[in-house]
Amino acid sequence: MTDTVERKSAPETISRVVVRFAGDSGDGMQLTGDRFTTASAMFGNDLSTLPDFPAEIRAPAGTVNGVSSFQVHISDHDITTPGDASSVLVAMNPAALMADIGRLEQGGLLIVNRDSFVERDLLKVGYESNPLDDGSLANYRVVEVPMTSLTIEATASLGVKPRTAERSKNFFALGMISWLFSRPRESTLDWIKSRFTDELVRNANTAAFNAGFHFGETTELFDHPYQVEPAHMPPGEYTNITGNTALAWGLVAAGQLAKLPVFLGSYPITPASDILHELSKSKNFGVRTVQAEDEIAAAGMALGAAFAGHLGVTATSGPGLALKSETLSLAVSLELPMLLIDIQRGGPSTGLPTKTEAADLNIAMFGRHAEAPLPIVAAYGPSHCFHAAIEAARIALKYRTPVILLSDGYIANGSEPWLLPDVDSLPDISVNFQTEFNHVTADGTDVYWPYLRDPETLARPWAIPGTPGLMHRVGGLEKQDGTGDIDYTPANHEKMVLLRAAKIAGIASDIPLAEIVGDADADVCILGWGSTWAAIDAAVQRTRRRGHKIAWIHLVHLSPLPLNLGELLRTFKKVIVPELNLGQLCRIVRAEYLVDAQVVSKVQGLPFTSIELEDALGAALSVFDENKSEIEPKTINGVA
Amino acid sequence: MTDTAVSLTTKKDWTSDQEVRWCPGCGDYGILLAVQMLMPELGVKPENTVFVSGIGCSSRFPYYMNTYGMHGIHGRAPAIATGVAVARPDLDVWVVTGDGDALSIGGNHLIHALRRNVNLTILLFNNRIYGLTKGQYSPTSELGKVTKSTPMGSIDHPFNPLALALGAEASFVARTHDLDRKHMMETFRAAHAHRGSSFIEILQNCNVFNDGAFDEVTGRKNREEMMIDLHHGEPIRFGENGHAGVVMGEDGQLRIVEVAEIGIDAILKHDAHRNDPSLAFALARLGADDSATSSSTWTPIPFGVFRDVVRADYGSMVGAQLAEASTKKGPGDLRKLLQSAGTWQVS
Ligand code: SF4
Repeated sequence: MTDTVERKSAPETISRVVVRFAGDSGDGMQLTGDRFTTASAMFGNDLSTLPDFPAEIRAPAGTVNGVSSFQVHISDHDITTPGDASSVLVAMNPAALMADIGRLEQGGLLIVNRDSFVERDLLKVGYESNPLDDGSLANYRVVEVPMTSLTIEATASLGVKPRTAERSKNFFALGMISWLFSRPRESTLDWIKSRFTDELVRNANTAAFNAGFHFGETTELFDHPYQVEPAHMPPGEYTNITGNTALAWGLVAAGQLAKLPVFLGSYPITPASDILHELSKSKNFGVRTVQAEDEIAAAGMALGAAFAGHLGVTATSGPGLALKSETLSLAVSLELPMLLIDIQRGGPSTGLPTKTEAADLNIAMFGRHAEAPLPIVAAYGPSHCFHAAIEAARIALKYRTPVILLSDGYIANGSEPWLLPDVDSLPDISVNFQTEFNHVTADGTDVYWPYLRDPETLARPWAIPGTPGLMHRVGGLEKQDGTGDIDYTPANHEKMVLLRAAKIAGIASDIPLAEIVGDADADVCILGWGSTWAAIDAAVQRTRRRGHKIAWIHLVHLSPLPLNLGELLRTFKKVIVPELNLGQLCRIVRAEYLVDAQVVSKVQGLPFTSIELEDALGAALSVFDENKSEIEPKTINGVA
Repeated sequence: MTDTAVSLTTKKDWTSDQEVRWCPGCGDYGILLAVQMLMPELGVKPENTVFVSGIGCSSRFPYYMNTYGMHGIHGRAPAIATGVAVARPDLDVWVVTGDGDALSIGGNHLIHALRRNVNLTILLFNNRIYGLTKGQYSPTSELGKVTKSTPMGSIDHPFNPLALALGAEASFVARTHDLDRKHMMETFRAAHAHRGSSFIEILQNCNVFNDGAFDEVTGRKNREEMMIDLHHGEPIRFGENGHAGVVMGEDGQLRIVEVAEIGIDAILKHDAHRNDPSLAFALARLGADDSATSSSTWTPIPFGVFRDVVRADYGSMVGAQLAEASTKKGPGDLRKLLQSAGTWQVS
């Protein structure tokens, strides 16, 4: 045994690995994956994660529908995606194997919990023979580990009942994978200590984790461990962050930078609820959160708080956005600052609550009655959510308008290392409330006109209750320009509709111009928005490394669009727009700029893989290739 | 009004320059006047007062008050006002709503504002009809009511606004009517003094689409025998010389009896401060079945303050949690927040 251990003590260094943990919803796979991620982040790897879980809290055990997975890509260099196929799959039962084997690369390492591959569990998912024995897994390196029984054995001396002990088997798996990838053990052991308050559970998890670690070390099932060296990342202080946490912290920061209290009205909805949870913990920042009776009330409360002088925010997902539409229209008419955060998910209707999609651009852009334009900002990655929240707040406050901030389930739950920004370098987005009269009437009286606009921004003054002398009424009825009094006259209405539109359009000169990443002289430009950023980045890099020219524009501001966008897009022979919808941005740029943009579409509840986009780029490029191939520009799902 | 400090403002200070646009003769005028006359007496300032409304005839109210105001969305006034009141516990927030606005499209927001005990004074103008949309039946219209949308008579059982508010355990519940300014002012004053949600049903005449809806009760000739005035701590009596009273029968039902027959000691004493809302609920149900069935079969109904109990208001509790969090964790520090999930250094 001794020399075996010695042989194994020298890990093989690899540059990157994609590990996927898959098991029952009740198996704790999210926790396991998350913990492995944190340990890797603290070790210094660059990483990107993709949690993938069912909508049901406890879907029937052992079924494919109940499989919960967590994929993490760790690397010694800069990466942006959670990886296309995984190189290691940990499958806790036959259902997990069936659901996820397709995501393991050929020749990949498959670690299964042998104890669960019994007839009953196999039949439940329709395996007629045991895949571990029938040769169907011949293309993978299969390692069978009786994780359940080893866990029970390891915890037996603690007096834990076998059924309870079984629940620690995810920690056995975590221990084994921690050994396999040479993760330091201490931080996870410390974490177990602080996370589990019940002594027996804590001890069982610790024992299972250690047992898994030693199992890796002492058995001959694995040749040797691997090491992914720390990535060369810019120096500084890092944390591992999910999009929703970054977004919530961005809102806290926005409040501080605006010197306004934050008010969040929210109704629980997947995948946005974590924003409510996180902000509920930030009360010492003066953040008020109300879990409203419904989505409509949540928006109404945020608007009421905005009227009262707070940074009013409401967070939701697609179905909730639909319900808040009327409140957004009122906010457009009242010209009050307000943020609506939409963490998009698969739809329509309840759709795929836990799966990602980015198909709410249409409703964000057009989903209000009458002419009710508003600014839209889209976050493109987990840590970008922090800055996107501040930017959305800046626009809302400066222009006194509701702003929709789009994120999606992929970046909301996905995580990445984040170089903490220098707090002092964040922008000042503070506002001045109106405290004095702003107009003198013909008879010489000083008055406050709530709709007397700033000539530059066209924003109206914001006088909040408590300000002596500036009492005024606002409402959903059409207002007279200037005075804000009710006014139904035809010319005034048209003037107000045009003014509201001009105010939003004018924001275009207050946002950055669109920038080209890559080759400005390329034939093909890829236009992206939102979470497609990661896959586009990887696909663009690889395509360029192969010697092709590609230009890439990624939009953060979707309404209004950057001033130079049309001009830029027209310089390319071909514009392709990858979207997790059927072409919503694509249609907008076609309509706005008359460019022949083509969508690359995917609506499977999953993000693009970089391979898919690389293929799409290849197809687009082939048109300009000397040896023009027959491949048509393709779409992922076959919808043109 | 001997205390000069109270009289900082006059009715004029509370009156906006906007032309009032209700139909001539509408009951809303009387309510507006009562509120504008009451305000100077409350010793509060227009700049610290906010009126929030939904949609409907009554919801035009904020435009006529020289305070901060928002004419909101149909049914959503309690939600919007909750945002104002929770953000700014220093403000006096009033909600003006109607039977359609509060009990139909906005029913959910109303009951949740009440159960949370948000510091709001909610005036519900009940005219048992949709006025602004020109005469459809409302959720308080009596059974059989013939309107444009119910040519064969309404088959919807009406809501009893007070019973609904009490069912949500509102901490202050009262009823008044548009023809008695003094009673309105008294009721609004008590509601304003109450911290938490105050809910007031105001029987209001829509002379265009439902004229005389409450005449059988509030008409000058009928008042004495049809209106049961509630006074905390006093036996519930009404009618000429207080000949009639309310008793609780052995079956737990409230009944109207002749005091002379049953003796004054048997008459129920009104206790508005009773924590259990069931007696107030029973009072709210008095005469409700009769008024629900037809506009012409009213029996006496109570007016005044049904319930007035002390319960912490929502905005104060939110504020207390913020203060507690600051004491425990120290005031928010953004840098520390960003480090709170654990960090590592790359050099
Ligand atoms: S329709 Fe009825 S409630 Fe509305 S303003 Fe006219 S009289 Fe008053």
